[in-house]
Amino acid sequence: MLTAGPTPRVPSDRWEFTVTTETGQRHTWSWQQMMALPAETITVDLHCVTKWSKLGTHWQGVSLDTLLAEVETAADYALAQCYGGYTTNLPLEDLLDGQAWVAYRYDDEDLAAEHGGPARLLVPHLYFWKSAKWVRGIQLLLEDEPGFWETAGYHDYGDPWREQRYQGD
Amino acid sequence: MSNDYVDGNALAGDLQEIFAMDMTAATGRCAGCGYRGAVATLRVYQRAPGLVARCPSCEKVVLRVVRGPDRAWLDLRGTLNLEIPLPS
Repeated sequence: MLTAGPTPRVPSDRWEFTVTTETGQRHTWSWQQMMALPAETITVDLHCVTKWSKLGTHWQGVSLDTLLAEVETAADYALAQCYGGYTTNLPLEDLLDGQAWVAYRYDDEDLAAEHGGPARLLVPHLYFWKSAKWVRGIQLLLEDEPGFWETAGYHDYGDPWREQRYQGD
Repeated sequence: MSNDYVDGNALAGDLQEIFAMDMTAATGRCAGCGYRGAVATLRVYQRAPGLVARCPSCEKVVLRVVRGPDRAWLDLRGTLNLEIPLPS
């Protein structure tokens, strides 16, 4: 398991997920509220920047389309924020249209803390560092703000098909 | 909390390449809590896209190294200073 720090262990009764808009408006879901939202089953290939891929992985989670449906925003960018302090940035459009989920089950089992549980972001069309473990929210932004690895040399966007590993790739 | 880290000696190769000297004996001060100790005492998470060194006292990130094929990035935001022994 790749990790840049100690594994946060967040019990689901203390977990929450917050979308914060560029105006500071907050939309928060408790674990119970998240579980009450329509769940989707997702089978996708994963591509890690450390040069492994895993094909046909099986997840369950809530689409970001569902979570952002009622959120009014003029933002073009998003910064995923995590328990433990990790962040990663993405264009907002990459979180929409069936491309991203808050995933909480993997291979029909609850997502273990080592894999980012209780819930992680799943954005399979980008390198896997964008699929932030232990996600606790999304900050919507008018300007792009680089995250943890993006401030340390990794590519701002991270398209595996264009091998966008490092800045300038 | 799990212990997925090794000690700061894991930084030796990449830092040697950048500074052209052994940096593990350098003494760093954490910008977060003020901890002062040898680079070798840091907690290094290396199963990651780069090396992430955390303070053994407060666990804040004090140093990161990302090594690309033909360049490296060094982030020292979490380090207040590094005291580097030099020959007199």
